[in-house]
Amino acid sequence: MAKLTFLTDLCKGCGLCVDACPKGCLAIATEKINKKGYSPAEMVAEDKCIGCAFCATMCPDCIITVEK
Amino acid sequence: MAVVFQKPKSLADVPLHYCPGCPHGIIHRLVAEAIDELGIEGKTIGVAPVGCAVMAYDYFTVDMIEAAHGRAPATATGIKRSRPENIVFTYQGDGDLASIGMAETVHAAARNENITIIFVNNAIYGMTGGQMAPTSLPGQVTQTSPYGRDVNHCGWPIKVSEMLATLEGPEYITRVAVNNVKNVLAAKKAIKKAFQNQIEGKGFSLVEVVSACPTNWGMTPQQALKWVETDMLPYYPTGVYKDRTAAKEAQE
Repeated sequence: MAKLTFLTDLCKGCGLCVDACPKGCLAIATEKINKKGYSPAEMVAEDKCIGCAFCATMCPDCIITVEK
Repeated sequence: MAVVFQKPKSLADVPLHYCPGCPHGIIHRLVAEAIDELGIEGKTIGVAPVGCAVMAYDYFTVDMIEAAHGRAPATATGIKRSRPENIVFTYQGDGDLASIGMAETVHAAARNENITIIFVNNAIYGMTGGQMAPTSLPGQVTQTSPYGRDVNHCGWPIKVSEMLATLEGPEYITRVAVNNVKNVLAAKKAIKKAFQNQIEGKGFSLVEVVSACPTNWGMTPQQALKWVETDMLPYYPTGVYKDRTAAKEAQE
């Protein structure tokens, strides 16, 4: 199983990672805001994650670290 | 567990000032990854443009210099000629490279200066608030073309890669995009090759990256990437427009 680490406070909530994920593991948080005032991306289905790093590839702010 | 993806070392650990969903961040990362993988962090000098990427000097952990608007290829020429052992790259937008800096770009290409140019084409002036750029598409609505770009009045968009590829000078001219994972990976390969060419002393390498500007296009980041695919890429097709070494090898 893969492990994703988010630098949540740098997230701008653009959602490009959510669209890039082939397994639908990510979502934009609905009840959380970060230091910048954005709703950050978060993992919602860790068990489905295959560690393809597509999310990190599309993240414009480079906030995702992927371990596998 | 092994790390399969992390922030490259050549990208500074600071928040980027770009708008949410701006592909500048992706392109910055690709440049930083290329610098890391080629092991040239200690001897690279970057030239920042005027435009949204004006503060690129804060984001790369290499030596950076800021050029006057559009003059990055001229500045890079000076640096490379006086310090040929350094790797010199410029990072420019379409308002910078294709408008005010067109002369510097064309002549640097014609002289086959041994520099690397990353040209980000998002068909609009981003930093100044969304005015029409030389690369804005026919019919594209911008602040200064509220009824859409009228080609009879404003002329046709400039296809920089196609134009430069007609010159004898340049070594490598290619166009890539960053609208999906596949294209981002292809873009990374092209950017790395552009740096590799300079290390090998082959000459002028320009990578045009078709990018997006969600804020000034008035779209969400998702819509903007879709628009890149449906509207921009048909007008600005990706591909290698000139690769002198490969052409020579194919002849032999």
